[in-house]
Amino acid sequence: MELQEIMKPENRVYEKPKLLTENTMHYCPGCSHGVVHKLLAEVIEELEIQGRTVGVSPVGCSVFAYNYIDIDWQEAAHGRAPAVATGIARVNPEKVVFTYQGDGDLASIGTAEIMHACNRGENMVVVFINNAIYGMTGGQMAPTTLIGQVTSTTPCGRDVGRNGYPLKITELIAQLPGTSYVTRQAVHTPATSRKCKKALKKAFQNVLDKKGTSFIEVVSTCSSGWRLNPVEANQWMEQNMFPFYPVGDLKDAEKDAVEPVLEKELKN
Amino acid sequence: MKGNEVIAEAAIRCGCDGYFGYPITPQSEVMETLMAREPWDETGMVVLQAESEVASINMVYGAAGSGKKVMTSSSSPGVSLMAEGISYIAGAELPCLIVNVQRGGPGLGTIQPSQADYFQSTKGGGHGDYRLIVLAPASVQEMNDFVALGFDLAYKYRNPAMILTDGAIGQMMEKVELSDFQTRMTEDEIESKTGSWATRGKKKNRERNIITSLELDSEKMEENNLRFQEKYQRMEAEEVRYETFQCEDAEYIMVAFGSAARICQKSVELARAKGLKVGLLRPITLYPFPKQPLADIAKQVKGFMTVELNAGQMIEDVQLAVSCSGCSVPVSYFGRMGGVIPTPGEVVEALEEKFIKA
Repeated sequence: MELQEIMKPENRVYEKPKLLTENTMHYCPGCSHGVVHKLLAEVIEELEIQGRTVGVSPVGCSVFAYNYIDIDWQEAAHGRAPAVATGIARVNPEKVVFTYQGDGDLASIGTAEIMHACNRGENMVVVFINNAIYGMTGGQMAPTTLIGQVTSTTPCGRDVGRNGYPLKITELIAQLPGTSYVTRQAVHTPATSRKCKKALKKAFQNVLDKKGTSFIEVVSTCSSGWRLNPVEANQWMEQNMFPFYPVGDLKDAEKDAVEPVLEKELKN
Repeated sequence: MKGNEVIAEAAIRCGCDGYFGYPITPQSEVMETLMAREPWDETGMVVLQAESEVASINMVYGAAGSGKKVMTSSSSPGVSLMAEGISYIAGAELPCLIVNVQRGGPGLGTIQPSQADYFQSTKGGGHGDYRLIVLAPASVQEMNDFVALGFDLAYKYRNPAMILTDGAIGQMMEKVELSDFQTRMTEDEIESKTGSWATRGKKKNRERNIITSLELDSEKMEENNLRFQEKYQRMEAEEVRYETFQCEDAEYIMVAFGSAARICQKSVELARAKGLKVGLLRPITLYPFPKQPLADIAKQVKGFMTVELNAGQMIEDVQLAVSCSGCSVPVSYFGRMGGVIPTPGEVVEALEEKFIKA
């Protein structure tokens, strides 16, 4: 097949999602953010909800998420994205609202906001990027940092006596009756990325169906923070993160036949 | 009606889209009244009890970002918790209304009325160079009137507005003429008013709207700041509101806002009965502050005395205004703190002490 022929539209097997902007991403090589952004852009495009979707970006590496996906965005203060999203969703029940947060944002400074938003069953999607470290500020310990993991504030490894335990916040979230779908995904291989996209699509569909909160954790790499190259980072994630943060659905109200609590009220 | 109840009723009547709050004395009646009134059935207004003041102001931030008319209320310690969110709202240039029914501080302080959050409200409170439009009601009637006014000014300048009141006016019962019902803005009205900036879902015919206060390029961040300052200048030129009481022939002027001004009205009468030529200037907007009216009046009087339910905060703005007039008129202060409210007689005694007997 000649190059010209390969370039014909009918032979195209892959293209950049239309909703990804032309801006060059600032993420490090090997970072999971870029893949998750792409999947989000695809899902929003496929569900044809660009005109009614509002994203809430966090403080952390993905603070500039609004530069990359071509939808309306609001930038939240550190940890407050679930409250900001609550405000938008409550006075705009026809909008599709999602937050995009890292583990420092969601599981440390914003613990109160995420727990209560999920417990109220706010009709929104939460995308939670867990790379077990503070990426933007230079690799400090996060609430999700594994025991023994070396970070710039745990140079000898996370010590339980000094630093406490890694927080499995997704397991806590799954206990809350306001959530209808809680899952843990990854994007380090094409196969896991496809599964993650399916989960994201289901989550956005849940919002369209007014099913309350859908929560998607993506176990992610931070090659810069972990001081590993991208390939090593993926290996380290498989060997160390997955045993503690196992990938898979934690709760699916549809399958588990649980009635989402706020369904009646939100449909009004 | 109680001042706090009137805030709630006025919010429903002015077509407010949403209220987000957290209970704190002495303002809990605002949310209680709203919840009892069930405005979601009547006007479609959303009322939500948040998990904290931190969350409630961020809910306001989110909802205001979508162009909707939204508000919160709290009292001093709760407003401190909101400081971060208020700074973000000011930095992102969003309209909203914040009601602070002040109580005595610092710290957990007391639940009794106070005006000790004057600095916090007029000079910042949160981080960064920003200003709030601050309205100080002195009656339950003004609690009603300033809700709609606050929203109008907030939208006019795309800036948060604050009603700075206190536990006395919040808890006080007075006759009030409630405003007529205004219907909530329709989606089309919101679109035409806020479509150029609000997060209403990206339409094909426009660029995406981004609500943020973040700008890492310092030159551009300075430009943003210059734009804010230009806006604050316009507020100072156009939105100063104040009231004078028996100032025409006055030799001494009391300057007081809110509940302290109510006390001073009586003090003026008592002083006049004693033959003292005393008047009252009541700033209604604490920001923008009535600098020029004070500078003008400085030319005809022998002294000013601010009367405040704090350690003397507004006095700094009065001193500045008077010194700008070029007159060397003495500016004094009298006040009580910690929730204590002075009697009108005490105020007159203080004035005599400072100016007449001295």
